[in-house]
Amino acid sequence: MLKITVNGNPLDSSAKTLAELCLELDYGKAKIATALNGDFIAKEQRVETVLQEQDSIEIVAPRQGG
Amino acid sequence: MPDLTKANDKFSPYGRELDSRLLLGTAMYPSPDILRQSVEASQAGIVTVSLRRESARKQTGQGFWDLVKKLGVDVLPNTAGCHTAKEAITTALMARELFDTKWIKLEVIANDDTLQPDLFGLVEAARELCSQGFEVFPYTTEDLGAADRLLEAGCEILMPWGAPIGSGRGLNNIFALETMRNYYPEIPLVIDAGIGAPSHAALAMEMGYDAVLLNTAVAKAAAPVVMAQAFAIAIDAGRKARRAGLMEQRDMASPSSPVVGTPSFHFSES
Repeated sequence: MLKITVNGNPLDSSAKTLAELCLELDYGKAKIATALNGDFIAKEQRVETVLQEQDSIEIVAPRQGG
Repeated sequence: MPDLTKANDKFSPYGRELDSRLLLGTAMYPSPDILRQSVEASQAGIVTVSLRRESARKQTGQGFWDLVKKLGVDVLPNTAGCHTAKEAITTALMARELFDTKWIKLEVIANDDTLQPDLFGLVEAARELCSQGFEVFPYTTEDLGAADRLLEAGCEILMPWGAPIGSGRGLNNIFALETMRNYYPEIPLVIDAGIGAPSHAALAMEMGYDAVLLNTAVAKAAAPVVMAQAFAIAIDAGRKARRAGLMEQRDMASPSSPVVGTPSFHFSES
C-alpha cells in the first residue's frame, strides 16, 4: 500500500498508476483532469504514470467560476 | 455617416466574432436554473468557469458541465485561486483538457484581501502559456508596463480590473483606465472585476472598452434574472453611445436653445 495524498486528504492506495487510482476511487468516466506533485498529467498519460510513496494528486472537475 | 449598425459591431477576442460584449461569471447564483435564466437574459456571449477538486462520491462537476453546455455560449475557464505562475500554468493545462479550449482567463493573485493580480507571476505565466498555444485573457491592472509585457508575451487582449473582485465599486481609477484605452486603441480591452451596477458597465462602454466581465453584481442581486437584463440594456446603451460619439464636456454652461431671436421684454417701471 502506498501512502499518498488525494485532493489534500491522506490515502492508503494499492493503485500502481494514476489511471488505476482513478478507477479505484470510482471516478470511472467522470469528467476530470489530474495533476501529480504539481504537474499536469494528461488523460492518456495516466496509465503510464507510476505512483510513488508520498505523491500528491489533484483531481479536479468543472465548477462555477467568475 | 459611419456604419453604426449592430451587424458591423462585433467583439472579436482572438478572432471569435461575438455579438455580445458581456462575459458573465457562473458562480454564486441561488440555483442552477436561475444561473441558466440569468445567462439567457444577459445575452452574454461567454461564460467563465473554474476547476475545483472533485469528490469521487458526489461528482458534481458533470452536472454543472451539462448545464453549461446547454447554454450554448463560449466557455472561458479561469485560474482563480492560483498564487504562483506554476499553479496557474498547471491549472490552465488541466482546463484545456477538461473544457477542450485554448482560452484561459489567467489569474495570478498577489493578495487574498484585495485579490489584486500578481503582475510578475502573471507575465511569467502568460509567456509560458502563449508559447504553448493558449489564447490568454489576462486579469491585470491598469499598469501600462505590465500591459506591454503581456502583449509582448503574446496576449491579444487585456482585462484590467475596475475595482477589487466582488467589491462592486465600479471603475476605481477612471483616469488610468482612460489612459489605457487611449494608449492601446487597437487592443481589445475588457473591464474585469469590480463592476457592481449597470451604470458602471455603461460607463466602461462609453469610455471605449470593448466588453465587461462580471459575476457578483448579477448573481447576488435580489432578482438576478432582472439584473442580467439590466446589464444587457446598459452595455448596449453604453456601446451605442460610444459609437454615436459623446459630446465634448465644457466647464461653463452653454444654452441649448437658440440665442438669436430671444424675445426682449421691456416692462414699464410704473
